[in-house]
This record gives sequence, structure tokens and C-alpha cells, in this order.
Amino acid sequence: MTDAAPAPDRFSRLRARPEGFEERSKALTARRYARERRFKALGLGAILVAMALLLILLSSVVRQGYGAFWQTYVRVPVTLDAAVLDPKGTGDPEVIGKGNFQKLIYEGLFGLFPEAKARPERRQLTRLVSSGANLILRQKVLDDPSLVGTTRDVWIVASDEVDQFMKGAIARDAPPAARPLKDGAIAAIDRLEADGRIEQRFNTLLFTQGDSREPELAGIWGAVVGSFYLMLVTALLSTPLGVGAALYLEEFAPKSRATDFIEVNINNLAAVPSIVFGLLGLAVFLGLFNMPRSAPIVGGLTLTLMTLPTIVVATRAALRAVPPSIHQAALGIGASKVQTIWHHVLPLALPGILTGVIIGLAQALGETAPLLMIGMVAFVVDAPSTPFDPSTALPVQIYLWADSPERAFTERTSAAIMILLAFLILMNLIAVLLRRRFERRW
Amino acid sequence: MQGETALNATALALDPPQAARAAEAGPKTAPKMATRGVKLWYGAKQALFGIDLDIKANEATALIGPSGCGKSTYLRCLNRMNDVIEGCRIEGEITLDGEDVYDRRIDVVQLRARVGMVFQKPNPFPKSIYDNVAYGPRIHGLARGKAEMDEIVEQSLKGAGLWKEVADRLHAPGTGLSGGQQQRLCIARAIAVSPEVILMDEPCSALDPIATAHVEELIDELRHDFTIVIVTHNMQQAARVSQRTAFFHLGKLIEVGETDQVFTNPRERMTQEYITGRFG
Repeated sequence: MTDAAPAPDRFSRLRARPEGFEERSKALTARRYARERRFKALGLGAILVAMALLLILLSSVVRQGYGAFWQTYVRVPVTLDAAVLDPKGTGDPEVIGKGNFQKLIYEGLFGLFPEAKARPERRQLTRLVSSGANLILRQKVLDDPSLVGTTRDVWIVASDEVDQFMKGAIARDAPPAARPLKDGAIAAIDRLEADGRIEQRFNTLLFTQGDSREPELAGIWGAVVGSFYLMLVTALLSTPLGVGAALYLEEFAPKSRATDFIEVNINNLAAVPSIVFGLLGLAVFLGLFNMPRSAPIVGGLTLTLMTLPTIVVATRAALRAVPPSIHQAALGIGASKVQTIWHHVLPLALPGILTGVIIGLAQALGETAPLLMIGMVAFVVDAPSTPFDPSTALPVQIYLWADSPERAFTERTSAAIMILLAFLILMNLIAVLLRRRFERRW
Repeated sequence: MQGETALNATALALDPPQAARAAEAGPKTAPKMATRGVKLWYGAKQALFGIDLDIKANEATALIGPSGCGKSTYLRCLNRMNDVIEGCRIEGEITLDGEDVYDRRIDVVQLRARVGMVFQKPNPFPKSIYDNVAYGPRIHGLARGKAEMDEIVEQSLKGAGLWKEVADRLHAPGTGLSGGQQQRLCIARAIAVSPEVILMDEPCSALDPIATAHVEELIDELRHDFTIVIVTHNMQQAARVSQRTAFFHLGKLIEVGETDQVFTNPRERMTQEYITGRFG
């Protein structure tokens, strides 16, 4: 090598370290660690705040609502007098059904308090039991007509005031004008309690009854059936429509202005406030097509419009997640496009589609505003027997009860919220399970 | 030459590949597939600039060339897999047994049953081994009853050299096999519909050397019954498995000839430089 001169260092500038580099580097490292710690703490903090809020919400609902799962009953010796119920001894349910059961209950009650002879005192006593208790007794007798002519102890539903008093919601020492129960009634309750004739039992009525003006008789059964029909109609309509639309857009539609326009509008649809869908339902289904007011079929149609974008978007995401290699494999052995989609793409996208459908339905289950617009907010006592009958839905029932002044309805509002939440959790659980069940790896 | 006339005459769908054996006869034999002036555009970008290439029956034809030279694109023209790509436009003539595959009367599904394909990455369906192989025959109605289907599956798996390894677990998922086994399963799936031509797009690039050797042996066996076109990046592989080699560069066919000739005595300087590793 003749080339004696050392080659100039090509990377001298890169290797040169400026003055005070060590300290600055340390400071930078420390700052970086601090920033990472702050970021993590912030994330953790956000989760803790969210959990705390959720806990507060749930605990307040549970605290206010768990009482509604118990109901106060009074044990009253009722004489099912044949002379009153069935004077001719026909045994005909129609005759028995017309009997004055209320009177029998009151007479049994008066029998427990023989000293109460004056009308005002007796009035106080009649207010201890529910004014609708006769209907339950009547049903009991109709179910078992052999009861006619016997005297037996029957647990009669207490009135909501007594119930609230027993649960401590009505203060004993409040000024008499400020409490719904007069002194006489409280004394009567005390005596019944001392005799073991008053008791809190599990509130089956809450689950078996429809709505009622009497809080102690109001139940969610009608709303549950209404919600079930709503979900049925919504699921049957929105699943095929949503999945079909997504399939077409994702697999068949040519990329053009028109499909872009449709896509944008589907996404816009997802952002439309739900009450607008309600107005649309009102105008189109009720106004134009004259469909029955307050019926789950109309509610279901309206909720279908609302859930469609959710299902379309979720389905498209699920279809896009199917690897293109599966597409190619099927096309490569001569499967047609439709065969490829039915045999390979859809089964692989199924877990994602199901999750989207269930999440869409869960949204619909909790939706209130559109139902208000189509008249599902009416006071409906009977559970609907078809999707064409007037009905309410769970969230609307909550709204209706929340509007009622009685203390006992407050309790029931929270109970209904718990039941609705239980249904939602159940649906999400099903979504997770289906996902696990159908998920395949490749 | 009876065989030759028979081959020329058959332009019908799904003639048995054995009939094409007569093609051993020599250069005068009509090619199994032929392309003339094939040009292809992806949108505004042209990817192929007029490819004239004959693919002879019962031979393995290797397509080599640097990345992006258009060899995979060309391969996908042969069974119209480019059809599904948005904005793809093709000019020129591609024939299978003298029939234009882009003719309106040709059903693309039938075409792909005659010209099968094996992909770069093993892509078995997430189904059982049996169902992977049986899928093609099922959709094309090639079996009447379970017994016939069982025979088809067995012959296909034997043909792909996989039978011994999977005979006792045909209903295990195909995705549970090793990479090399998966690729042979894909080959079994391709031959199950008895295609005339099998297109292979870098079938060994995702496999380890032992699995690669397996597949290469298999290709050499299969060419007696099928016509094979294979795209590969691996010069040695092209030399080992193919009888003819075509060298592509920048969307043009630079040189095509007998594999021995192309690798030992290429006519073009560019081919020489590529196969000796001077560019690529």
C-alpha cells in the first residue's frame, strides 16, 4: 500500500459528542421515564375513575331497588262464604268470578280488630291491604273452586304505604300530616306484627304482573314480553337486511360514486339521534301505513332502522378480517364467488357478525326515545299476546315508573333497571360465548 | 401420430390429462397453453408488455426473474385470477388447448377447474383435511356418493405424497399440519378436481429446505400427469424441477428455452447476468 495518508474519518461528525452530553443524556432518560410513569398513571387513573363511577351507579341502583324484590303481606283469616260467592251452589266459575272478594277480605280484617266499629277506624283498616288484592284472591279461588265455603288464613298483599312503612321508608315519628299512614293504621300494623300476621316475602308479583296504578301490584311481565317481541321483530328484520347489505357492499358492489355515497350514508345513519328514528317510524309506519299504535311490530321496525348501521358496520369489519388467502384458495379451485362467500367467508366471519348483531340488539333493548314517539309509552296492563297488541317495553316501563310519585314506584324503578341491566349483561355474555364457540384460527 | 391429432382436436372441457401424454413427441406438438401479445395494466400502470409464451403439456415450465418483473402477474392471467383485482385490464390472447380463455363463452369457474392453482403461502381452509381435499370435487359434482369421494380424497392425498402422514387423522383440521404438509395438502386440493394445468406461485418460498425438497420431488412426479407452470425466485429450484425456463424482466419476456440451455448457455446477456447473480 503506497497510500500513506490516513483516510479522513467519514463519520467524524456522527461520533463527536457535544459538551455536556453525558448529563443531558441522563436528564433526557430521567424525563422519558417520568413521562412513561405519568402516562401509565393517567391510564390507570382513568380506569379507576370509570370503575368508581360504575360502582356508584350500580350501588345506588341496588340500594334503592333491592327492596322491591320483597313485598309485605298480611295474613288475614278469610271466610270464603258460599252465600256470598256462589249462593246457588252452581260451582260455575263465571258466578264465582263475580263475587265480592274485596268485601270478604275486609271482613276478615275487621274480624282481627273487633274493637274497631266506627267507619273512620274501619277505613283506616281497609287501607292496610292492597285495593287490588281481591283480584289475586279471586284467581286463587277460580284455580281451586273447592276453597269456596272454607275459612282459611290467606296472605294478602299489603298496600304500598304499609309496605314502605315496614321497609322503613316512612318514618314513624314524622308529623302525622306528612305521612300517608294515620296513627290508627300504625297501631294496627304494630298489632299485626306482634301477632306474626305481617311479613315480607319474595315479590313474585313484580315478575308476573303487568303494569298497575297500585305500586304493590305493578310488575314488569308486560314490559318483558313487549321487549321480547321488539327484539324478535328487530332481530328477524335487521339481521338479514344488515348482513345482506354488508355482504353486497363488501364483496359485490363495484367501487363507484354511488357505493361511496351509500357507505357514507350508512355511517351517517349510525350517528342519527334515536328520537329521529322514532319520528320517522311515527310518520311512515303509523301515518302512512296505518299500522297499530303502541305495537311491538312498529317498535321493532323502528328499532330495525336504528340497529341496521351497527350491524352493517360490524359485519363489514368481520368480512374484511377474513384473510384474502381463503378467498383465493376457494376461487383457485373453481368455486364461484357466491360459493366462496357462503362456504368460506361467511362461516369465518360469523363470530364477528354475531357479536355485531347482539350488540346492535342490546342497544335496541335499552332504547326508549323512538318507542315514545310511536306510542309504546301508554299505560298497558296486560302482557301482549302477539306483536300486534299494545305493549310497553322495559326501558319505557322504567321511564313510566320513574315518573310516578309513589315512594314504592321509586323502588320499583330501580328494580326494573336492575332487571334490564341483567338482560343486557346476559346478551353480552351470549355474544362472548358465541364468539368463543365459533372462533377459528388459521 | 394419433395422439397429436387427438390433442389438437380436443378443445372440450376436462379431457383427461393422460391423453395429453402424447405431447412427449417433440417441438411440433401444439402447446397446452399459449399466450400471444399479452399486455396487462393495473389501473394506469402497465405490468406486462406483450408476452408470447407457449406452455407445453406434461412439462414443468419455470418462470424466473427479479421481484416485480411480472411473472406472478402473468401466471395469474392463465386462470384469470386477475379478474378479481379492481382496475386490472388485459389485452392479447391466452389459449388453453386452442380455446381463448378470455372468450365470453368460457365460464371462469370451469376454467379454474381445468387450470388449478397453488399459492405462495399454504392456505388450507380452516376445515378438516378430508374436507379440504373434498371441497373442489364436491362443488364440481365429481363424486357420486361417499365411497367415490373417499377414493378421490385418497388418490389426491397419495398424489401429493401426504397420504401416509395423514391417513389416520383425515378429520383433524388441515390448519394443524406443519407448513410443508399444509402446502402438500393445498396441492392435493388442487389435483383433486383433476386439472390439466397446475399453476404454482412460489410454492416453496414459505417452507424450510426439507419441506421444499419434498414439494420439488412432488412437482417432478406430477408433471407426468399434469402440466405445471411454476414461478420461483430460486434459480436452483428452477434448474431442478423444470424442463423449460422463461426469464422475465420489467414486464417483458427476455428469453425462453430448455432449462439446460437457459442455465448453461443463455442467449441473452441479461439472462446470463441474472442467473449468475449479478443483478436481481
